Amino acid sequence: MLTIKNLHASAAGREILRGIDLEIKAGEVHAIMGPNGSGKSTLAQVLAGRDLYTVTAGKVLYDGNDLLAMKPEERARAGIFLAFQYPVEIPGVSNLYFLRSAVNSIRKARGLEELDAFDFLQVSDGKMKLLGMDPSFRERPVNAGFSGGEKKRNEIFQMAMLEPRLAILDETDSGLDIDALKTVADGVNAMRSPDRAILVVTHYQRLLNYIVPDFVHVLANGRIVKSGRKELALELEEKGYVGLETTVAY
Amino acid sequence: MSTSANQIEVIANQEYKYGFVTDIEQETVPPGLNEDVIRLISAKKQEPEWLTEWRLNAYRHWLKMKDPKWATVEYPPIDFQSIVYYSAPKMKEGPKSLADVDPKLLETYEKLGIPLRERELLSGVAVDAVFDSISVATTFKDKLAKLGIIFGSFSEAVQEHPELVRKYLGSVVPATDNFYAGLNSAVFSDGSFCYVPKGVRCPMELSTYFRINAKSTGQFERTLIIADEGSHVSYLEGCTAPMRDENQLHAAVVELVAHDNAQIKYSTIQNWYPGDKNGKGGIYNFVTKRGKCLGVNSKISWTQVETGSAITWKYPSCILQGDNSVGEFYSVALTNNRQQADTGTKMIHIGKNTRSTIISKGISAGHGKNTYRGMVKILKGAEGARNYSQCDSLLIGDQCSAHTFPYLEVKNSAAQVEHEATTSKIGEDQIFYCQQRGLSTEDAVSMIVNGFARQVIKELPMEFAVEAQKLLGVSLEGSVG
Ligand SMILES: Nc1ncnc2c1ncn2[C@@H]1O[C@H](COP(=O)(O)OP(=O)(O)OP(=O)(O)O)[C@@H](O)[C@H]1O
Ligand SMILES: [Mg+2]
Repeated sequence: MLTIKNLHASAAGREILRGIDLEIKAGEVHAIMGPNGSGKSTLAQVLAGRDLYTVTAGKVLYDGNDLLAMKPEERARAGIFLAFQYPVEIPGVSNLYFLRSAVNSIRKARGLEELDAFDFLQVSDGKMKLLGMDPSFRERPVNAGFSGGEKKRNEIFQMAMLEPRLAILDETDSGLDIDALKTVADGVNAMRSPDRAILVVTHYQRLLNYIVPDFVHVLANGRIVKSGRKELALELEEKGYVGLETTVAY
Repeated sequence: MSTSANQIEVIANQEYKYGFVTDIEQETVPPGLNEDVIRLISAKKQEPEWLTEWRLNAYRHWLKMKDPKWATVEYPPIDFQSIVYYSAPKMKEGPKSLADVDPKLLETYEKLGIPLRERELLSGVAVDAVFDSISVATTFKDKLAKLGIIFGSFSEAVQEHPELVRKYLGSVVPATDNFYAGLNSAVFSDGSFCYVPKGVRCPMELSTYFRINAKSTGQFERTLIIADEGSHVSYLEGCTAPMRDENQLHAAVVELVAHDNAQIKYSTIQNWYPGDKNGKGGIYNFVTKRGKCLGVNSKISWTQVETGSAITWKYPSCILQGDNSVGEFYSVALTNNRQQADTGTKMIHIGKNTRSTIISKGISAGHGKNTYRGMVKILKGAEGARNYSQCDSLLIGDQCSAHTFPYLEVKNSAAQVEHEATTSKIGEDQIFYCQQRGLSTEDAVSMIVNGFARQVIKELPMEFAVEAQKLLGVSLEGSVG
């Protein structure tokens, strides 16, 4: 589904991603771990098309197509979803209105009929309930005044509504209390399917107890320095990143 | 620099879809202004002597006045002798019914989305259509008349209800008030008149649709709305004009009078031609709007969505004379390309326990210049007066500007006045977030801007809120890559 080859990216004249190779197949769950500042969010944002970052070398194929040539909204419409590490506030725009516009622009691009307000409300109410979200979040402005945990939950709610093919979750677990972590993990697990892939960025092995990954990768200094099965996460929890290439070589 | 920062600066050609010209035979007086022209306008309208005199007095006073310079807008001096002060489509004599209206005019309004033909009337909205200097049609007139509501063109009101016109004309905005109000008083051609009798709640939205068509023509309309004791009325005006390279002047005066327990809600969707992306052409919208809360417990509420015009200069205001009266001002002003807006309000608290609310949302894109200028004046006798003002500015790109000038004059020490102001930039992160959810850049900007303007949009009558939202989106087309 996704093939990343020798991906280099920089921002503000500084190289952040320094040759990433990664292959993700449909049905797989991959976890990316790594120290602060190693480039995890940058990778997620580059995949989603954030133009703050300049790709200086390498390529990314999504379903065989050149992902880097697509606009961010085209990527979203093609099924790429990013749960932001820092979800953005949009004052004055109701959460559900925003999401319905998003769902419908994606449905339209896929040649599906748009959902009317009634149908949309039925589907969304069900998913909100599953994620333990209060109905007041329908009308509240997007992320404005949401607590950290509420924002993360809202990202997963959006994911559930948008039904992406490739979901990238950037530290969705940080800021969640233990119960919320379980609810959110259940929400993510419910989305696992043979034709969908999930890339989870996290610092904590704990999340991976709930969302069990097929592969774990360690990102350090803009490179994947180690890959393994789910046991690698446990090992990292025990030993930390010591011994892995973590110092920056300029 | 990242591409989206670049994108934000790119101002593409924006289509103004109301820019067409109607090819119709017009009756036009030669350009220029003098007492003869004023007499001619007055004669064409078969006005009573007192009104001709009123105009002439206004003109003589205006000659002594100077074009105001205090607003933060720039434009070359206006040559008042090159303007045509009266231009009207030729119409058949006799009583106006829709059947008499030139089909070309009906077509024009249809193209503008303002249906005048009986079979297409918007339910719940009565329309008075003003084309250049005259009113060409008014819908639902008879139905309203059954309730005692007078709604129609100003010229008709002069003929049919001269006592009302004489009593209220200039009672809120005197002919000597300011330069453009003075000019309007001398040469005003048509506009809408509305009187709602005691205790009547007007069952439908009243609206006037102003259209400038003729070249080199100024539009000087005059609107007068009187809400008698305990009555309610909601009125909306919309405006468009053809695309022309030269600037055209629109200097209107609107006067509102609310008696005891009466309420007037006045909404504007102003979409005059804004000029092209380099600032060529466009309407100079120099307007005086003022309402007087004459009676106790009366309320006047202004809501405006200003997206058009090369220059907007207007301050819809409230004189809160009656005890417990309420004044409100909700405004969204959007300037894109080279547009300039200097707009705001004056709230003059005279009566006891008078309250006012000001919510102003300025949006600047391109090289747009947006100024909020507002005054809250609380007189000594205004025991218990309260005001709340909130002025927010949103910048799109970094070539545009926003200014806020709140003036405060409080003579009563017990008055409560609160002012909040914010300025923010539309964030690349907000746009990216929307894009990541599948929205196009334009939909993203439109959504963010509408969110910003929401407090004001929700004050509009339902029928028009949707139109206003679309307009905000359309007016920003091309402002972000
Ligand atoms: N837009 C930018 N401009 C300049 N530097 C940036 C930019 N974005 C990221 N960086 C830098 O690139 C490095 C990687 O940042 P990134 O956010 O990808 O790290 P991360 O692995 O997600 O870290 P964390 O675990 O703390 O979330 C950091 O040193 C960061 O300061
Ligand atoms: Mg990060």
